[in-house]
Amino acid sequence: MTESVAFPQDRTCPYHPPTAYRPLREARPLSRVTLFDGRDVWVVTGLAAARALLGDPRLSSDRERAGFPMLSPRFAAVRDRRTALLGVDDPAHHVQRRMLVPSFTLKRTAALRPRIQETVDRLLDAMVEQGPPAELVGAFALPVPSMVICALLGVPYEDHEFFEEQSRRLLRGPTADDTMRARDRLHAYFHELIDRKRKDPGDGLLDELIARQLDEGAPGRDELVDLATILLVAGHETTANMISLGVFTLLAHPEQLAELRAEDSLMPAAVEELLRFLSIADGMVRVAVEDVEIAGTTIRAGEGVVFSTSVINRDADVYAESDALDWHRSSRQHLAFGFGIHQCLGQNLARAEMEIALRSLFARLPGLRLAVPAEEIPFKPGDTIQGMLELPVTW
Amino acid sequence: MGTDIDIDKDRCIGAGQCVLTAPDVFTQDDDGLSGLLPGAEGGADGALAREAARSCPVGAITVAP
Repeated sequence: MTESVAFPQDRTCPYHPPTAYRPLREARPLSRVTLFDGRDVWVVTGLAAARALLGDPRLSSDRERAGFPMLSPRFAAVRDRRTALLGVDDPAHHVQRRMLVPSFTLKRTAALRPRIQETVDRLLDAMVEQGPPAELVGAFALPVPSMVICALLGVPYEDHEFFEEQSRRLLRGPTADDTMRARDRLHAYFHELIDRKRKDPGDGLLDELIARQLDEGAPGRDELVDLATILLVAGHETTANMISLGVFTLLAHPEQLAELRAEDSLMPAAVEELLRFLSIADGMVRVAVEDVEIAGTTIRAGEGVVFSTSVINRDADVYAESDALDWHRSSRQHLAFGFGIHQCLGQNLARAEMEIALRSLFARLPGLRLAVPAEEIPFKPGDTIQGMLELPVTW
Repeated sequence: MGTDIDIDKDRCIGAGQCVLTAPDVFTQDDDGLSGLLPGAEGGADGALAREAARSCPVGAITVAP
């Protein structure tokens, strides 16, 4: 067993796991890390063990359970940590998931592609009209998924400044108070929006859920508000980070970028490889509710388990030269979207958005490059979803 | 020699990974649940079906032999 490493830590390079995780990358498939509160928990670092454990019902996602590990002081300070969908175990989780799945099928996602393309083109038109330079997070990476999730849910995009700001505070604080207040504000927003939609229904997923509530009495009002909040936040923050960090990474890998531009059919594989390589949601958390044997070790009931996806997705037993960006490897088994019952609901939508956004951006602005030296560009701290805070570009 | 594929629909969470991996074998209905394409049962490409089973996040697909 290696000496316990602090978790999470800030990345040294925005697209690689923190260099301080080196001992974790060597100690596969299971090691120990120390959380901010001094508590030692298990960290899963191997892909096969991670798949087995994330699929194991003896590990709970219920944040209210005793012993549930907290990765940052601001989440630890949150009272009432109940969270729809991602914080719920089966069988209750299964009911929520089944309610939402029809809106995220491959067919529904494919049907949204023209709308995504239109959104992307409109944002690129505006950038071209404005002329270089531009700040790509605000001009492109964030509005693409924001507009798409608004259309899907039936949330008015004109409210985007409000909900983007509250989502930012919810996920990044910096204080516990910021996180709690942001959640309260988003909940209040949805309570009010639901009232308005009851009188004047639209055709989004939220409208479908409201109709269902009126018909069947479920989901309950608070559950509906909680689900809407999660779908809205998860629907734009994650993909925005994949786009901004994806562009930064491609610009830092000119050979791979040139290959991608020359051969468009590589795009789906490139999106998959970027998901593996960037692992922006690094640190999924569970607590064992029973003893679990894994790889010759016993995780005891009540012990915390953290999954470091940035380390897992570079498992050298699965991916040769795992630190290299390679469109020709088979990266499909990565855990960037998680695994088990909580695997990302919007993953196919996210894939479509990334593919369309990256393809169109580099086609429309062939001379795209960073406007300042790479090392001057700020990126997100280790205790939240990874991505660029700003991305100044020119072309 | 074909391959027997079984889908546990109660367990399926509609992630669509089977269809992404083996689009000639699996399909997703309007509720998001996985199903076999007509003709796929018993005649499917075993390697691809097994890869699809491996990609299922909840282990809802079994491929025999």
